[in-house]
Amino acid sequence: MSAFVGKYAEELMKNAKYIATPGKGILAADESTGTIGKRLSSINVENIESNRQALRELLFTSPNALSYLSGVILFEETLYQKTSDGKPFVEVLQENNVIPGIKVDKGTVEIAGTNGETTTQGFDSLGARCQQYYKAGARFAKWRSVLKIGPNEPSELSIQQNAQGLARYAIICQENGLVPIVEPEILTDGPHDIQKCAAATETVLAAVYKALNDHHVLLEGTLLKPNMVTPGSDSPKVAAEVIAEYTVTALRRTVPPAVPGIVFLSGGQSEEEATVNLDAMNKLDVLKPWTLSFSFGRALQQSTLKTWAGKKENVEKAQEAFLSRCKANSDATLGKYTGGTAGGLASESLFVKGYKY
Amino acid sequence: MSCFISKYADELVKNAAYIGTPGKGILAADESTGTIGKRLSSINVENVEENRRALRKPFVELMKESGVLPGIKVDKGTVELNGTNGETFTQGLDGLAQRCQKYYEAGARFAKWRSVLKIGAIEPTELAIQENANGLAMYAAICQQCGLVPIVEPEILVDGSHDIKKCAEVTERVLAACYKALNDHHVMLEGTLLKPNMVTPGSDSPKVAPEVIAEYTVRALQRTVPPAVPAVVFLSGGQSEEEATVNLNAMNKLQTKKPWSLSFSFGRALQQSTLKAWGGKAENVKKAQEAFLVRCKANSEATLGTYKGDAKLGEGAAESLHVKDYKY
Repeated sequence: MSAFVGKYAEELMKNAKYIATPGKGILAADESTGTIGKRLSSINVENIESNRQALRELLFTSPNALSYLSGVILFEETLYQKTSDGKPFVEVLQENNVIPGIKVDKGTVEIAGTNGETTTQGFDSLGARCQQYYKAGARFAKWRSVLKIGPNEPSELSIQQNAQGLARYAIICQENGLVPIVEPEILTDGPHDIQKCAAATETVLAAVYKALNDHHVLLEGTLLKPNMVTPGSDSPKVAAEVIAEYTVTALRRTVPPAVPGIVFLSGGQSEEEATVNLDAMNKLDVLKPWTLSFSFGRALQQSTLKTWAGKKENVEKAQEAFLSRCKANSDATLGKYTGGTAGGLASESLFVKGYKY
Repeated sequence: MSCFISKYADELVKNAAYIGTPGKGILAADESTGTIGKRLSSINVENVEENRRALRKPFVELMKESGVLPGIKVDKGTVELNGTNGETFTQGLDGLAQRCQKYYEAGARFAKWRSVLKIGAIEPTELAIQENANGLAMYAAICQQCGLVPIVEPEILVDGSHDIKKCAEVTERVLAACYKALNDHHVMLEGTLLKPNMVTPGSDSPKVAPEVIAEYTVRALQRTVPPAVPAVVFLSGGQSEEEATVNLNAMNKLQTKKPWSLSFSFGRALQQSTLKAWGGKAENVKKAQEAFLVRCKANSEATLGTYKGDAKLGEGAAESLHVKDYKY
């Protein structure tokens, strides 16, 4: 095969396929310490380990919420944390048939000579780290590459650099038993229209899949985490059906059927927007050989966070809010979302200009 | 879109989808004058124009009346790549747009361009892959601007002693390069067709079962061909008529993800027994046409996975059509 078939091949394919189960999706709870600090400060909660632990415990012990999730992405610190009863988070997830995943990149740095374009760090000892994470119970990984749209962006250099980085990360993961989520995020920032986003997305995805082929990555043991195709943040919004059409067309033109599932990032979309757009894609009557699901961070946690506000007495209500978003998105993966779980919080845009993790 | 939307976009999409209709396929009757000469001489028939045609009605009209789309070969054969071990690239880009326009006016609605690669110790080289992928992409873009659906044909010759795994590896590499090039050249995939080789052991290697060929072939396509491509129309390479049909049938029986239809674009594997039955004699035409109908029907069933292998095998239907280092 042109794909590397190592000792983990069967397991990788099985896990990737499971994560892509219709009706389920991924909670991206892998905010780094710095990033989770921003979230916590938005609800006036101090960024200390016990609060970070409390938030994640709230999420992972939400009654019934886990049944709508096939995976949770964790930050390294969280992978080794426990509930207040002393049970490792990883065990809580495993007992509920949720596969633990791990963020393995180390953030972005600028590429010299470009207009603020970036590449992603994290290769040093990546193989060894993956082995450690596998021992700790992780079975998939995530690496975020970032591109932007501008007059000369994304540049060929940025596309190549990020595609190569994703491919190299992916094969190292597969060598060590972790299903790589391939995430080439094209930021929404900008005044461009949806056609421009579609063109950039198709070009980037084509480069990514060429790189994955060059690096002998086994596509059946990967997942894709792309942006939805939308107008830029400074452009007028369009209907969910339009987003669905452009997004699915872009994917049909670039993503080989061997990929079992596509798990969208939410970018700066509000909770409700992200769900409605995902639902529209699954309602689209066109052939889609991969499942279309979610890997949401902000768009799953926003109203939960606000409801919790760091107070113990709010935990139950916050967990209900979380369950509600999980179910809504589960319905959306089946094209069955009927709306109505939108509270004021759920419709709040989560867009932050030049968003840095 | 990253693809160029030509004024013919809707027509291209419609025609590509029609050609990929389950139950139908393509007759590759585009042998150059030199090549058809070899066929005719194999049945002792002189290579003159009168023998190359047999009716007075314009062929294109005949086809249109029967709902068959006329296509046109537009490449001008292969030439060797310097510094390689006999690898080639395909000529024909000069004045291609003007030629395509003329062909469209004459009734053609799709085109074909054959790129050739081979498997060897170090082949196909990156140079050969890039040159051929690029050539195919340029040809495809020009076709679409002129209203012709481009059939993209990156044939990897079956010659050699390699096993099926090697063929799969090479096929995946080549197809990945092709689709990257098509994207670079802004080709609209919904208005194209793919004409690849099936994934098989080399001609000097032991044969394998059709189910194995089906598995490796479909997997290679799943790993490289985006769903936007409406249909894959296989070339028959050196396979016998019956082999080609049985392999195509096995692929269509396979229970797995296939977002494109799997059909045929056969030359030798549709005409061999017909040619033998005709023998160049007017009195044999009816018999020859019956033989042709048998193969067409068999392959139609194969595109639906319903071929039972019971086609009345004409003389030569089981005969291998492999010619070492085959040149068109």
